[in-house]
Amino acid sequence: MSTETLTIGKALNLGLRRAMEDDAKVVLMGEDIGRLGGVFRITDGLQKDFGEARVVDTPLAEAGILGTAVGLAMRGYRPVCEIQFDGFVFPAVNEIITQVAKIHARSQGRIPMPVVIRIPFGGGIGAVEHHSESPEAYFAHTAGLRVVAVSNPADAYWGIQQAIAHPDPVVFLEPKRRYWEKAEVDLDATPDPLFASRVVRGGDDVTVLAYGPMVKTALQAAEAAQEEGRSLEVIDLRTVSPLDLDPVMESVRRTGRCVVVHEAPTSLGLGAEIAARITESCFHSLEAPVLRVGGYDTPYPPSKLEEEYLPDLDRVLDAVDRSMGF
Amino acid sequence: MTALPEFTEVVDPVPGAAAPHLPPSCDSGTVQLLTPEGDRVEHPEYSLDIGDDELRGLYRDLVLVRRWDAEATALQRQGELGLWASLLGQEAAQVGAGRALQDGDMAFPTYREHGVAWTRGVDPLHVMSLFRGVDNGGWDPAARGFNLYTIVIGAQCLHATGYAMGVQRDGAEQAVLAFLGDGATSQGEVNEAMIFAASFSAPVVFFCQNNQYAISVPLERQTRIPLYQRAAGFGFPGVRVDGNDVLAVLAVTRQALQAAREGQGPTFIEAFTYRMGAHTTSDDPTRYRLASELEEWKLRDPIARLKAHLSRSGIADATFFESVEADADELAARIRSGTVGMPEPEPSSMFEHVYAEKPAPLAAQQAEFDAYHASFEGER
Repeated sequence: MSTETLTIGKALNLGLRRAMEDDAKVVLMGEDIGRLGGVFRITDGLQKDFGEARVVDTPLAEAGILGTAVGLAMRGYRPVCEIQFDGFVFPAVNEIITQVAKIHARSQGRIPMPVVIRIPFGGGIGAVEHHSESPEAYFAHTAGLRVVAVSNPADAYWGIQQAIAHPDPVVFLEPKRRYWEKAEVDLDATPDPLFASRVVRGGDDVTVLAYGPMVKTALQAAEAAQEEGRSLEVIDLRTVSPLDLDPVMESVRRTGRCVVVHEAPTSLGLGAEIAARITESCFHSLEAPVLRVGGYDTPYPPSKLEEEYLPDLDRVLDAVDRSMGF
Repeated sequence: MTALPEFTEVVDPVPGAAAPHLPPSCDSGTVQLLTPEGDRVEHPEYSLDIGDDELRGLYRDLVLVRRWDAEATALQRQGELGLWASLLGQEAAQVGAGRALQDGDMAFPTYREHGVAWTRGVDPLHVMSLFRGVDNGGWDPAARGFNLYTIVIGAQCLHATGYAMGVQRDGAEQAVLAFLGDGATSQGEVNEAMIFAASFSAPVVFFCQNNQYAISVPLERQTRIPLYQRAAGFGFPGVRVDGNDVLAVLAVTRQALQAAREGQGPTFIEAFTYRMGAHTTSDDPTRYRLASELEEWKLRDPIARLKAHLSRSGIADATFFESVEADADELAARIRSGTVGMPEPEPSSMFEHVYAEKPAPLAAQQAEFDAYHASFEGER
């Protein structure tokens, strides 16, 4: 029997290990990922078992990591880059947007770019500046990239393997404040497709959409709403780009109401795109406008204020109330 | 401000020269094997064992790529290209570097390396299609050992380094040649590439064509020491070569590539040359440099000196030179007709290859686009 209770962090570690066993071309790159095992220990023990050529402690230069990953991919390797924290991805953004995302199209399909960019993202850990960002919209706005955000150990375990095996570049967002959340993972299961959303709690009154760290928050809100007699359907989007909105549309046509939750700033965030698409597809089914619960349009605040900034159970329920009030 | 003990000179000044960065055609720190007058000279560290056929071949390369360049500039002026980035004056640097590559080696060009493309067997029309706006370069990079043009300054240096790290992992005896310009040496990514290359001893050679200008900005704004001396700070050899001397470029680049293949790690080559034309056809160099400077560099023309050498030494005669001119005419005619006759890309093709597997939302958008276009059927 191969069911194990794993944290998200350990599930990622096992998933990476399995991907490296399955394909000798998989190379991990990043800062402190070797002997230290990464600042979150996601690559713990991998350098010891796979060697320094496959688990590369790079110089401290994010553009360098992504740029050399491009060259390795051109040579037939499958680089998996760890960005130590979300706020440190920006030095690498030139390589990600002008190169990683565009080389397949530029080369008319001759050069695949199977690069995975792992980023611990989001807030809630009491960190200093630049350690709590949610940069997904920048990447989702860039053609050629795929962007996923996992919310649980099973998706972490399977998702990282699926991302590595995929021929397109994948920005793989890991909910850092949930790294230590545990769940049972069936290591022999047939996993769901990577780029598909999933209904994680059925309900009839309001459809609540979330991904990454906010899935747990949405589920907590649904639990609380239940006590007040309200039935929330929660959908884990799982994939931020491409969006898989068919299950969302199906749900919203039943409930007529939708709330989108993410940590990233609300304006021009994923919620805005999702609201537009729901309006285009479900206009006649809607009982209320699609509402958004997100971070504010400020820099991520000092950690003493982050609980005020981040969407929580109460803010989700407040949005549910407003939706029901229409 | 206290005096700086070292590096107080900005790049080898020449007394009386029109511009401070004009060096003598060959100072003690610059490798030269063929003088501007066409005389073969020896260098203690770099020799070149080269036969007459190869010499004539290099001359032919130089003339043909210059002719291609002239035809492309003319085509742009006639509205047949959106833009052209001329290599005029840099033929020797590019042909010398390109001919130093072996099968199995990989080159990572900027957007001006038409001469290198030529040496790698890239069809000129596959470069013209980029500047005509038909595609982003039509050649197969793996088949040609020549990556697509990279337009973001310096980004390709990291790709070259990463590719070289792959070569290491494959245990292959191959080398990688990264092209960059003098302006690119200021880019963070170029410096990161040199750090990665040094730390991992990657088999990559950085070939910098110092053509003296980053569009309008002269070298002095990028550096206060000769560029090749930067390599010392990264911990690998740096060498300056007369970039208008195809023989010296060939010798120096061959040696650096061989060192890389043998596991000795990176080298930085500064090919000291001059961009005799504009940055691109959109540029006007009369706004930022003196005509006298150009006249000075014309005396160091890369083609004239090889022609003088070939004639004087009897390696080539008038018949040969005429045959090269005829080849150039033929090439230019082929480039012209091929460019003008290039089919327009299919509108819907922009949706292809964005991803290896087209996502459903993009397919839906493409279907809307196609339906929108179809709605005009019969109205045209």
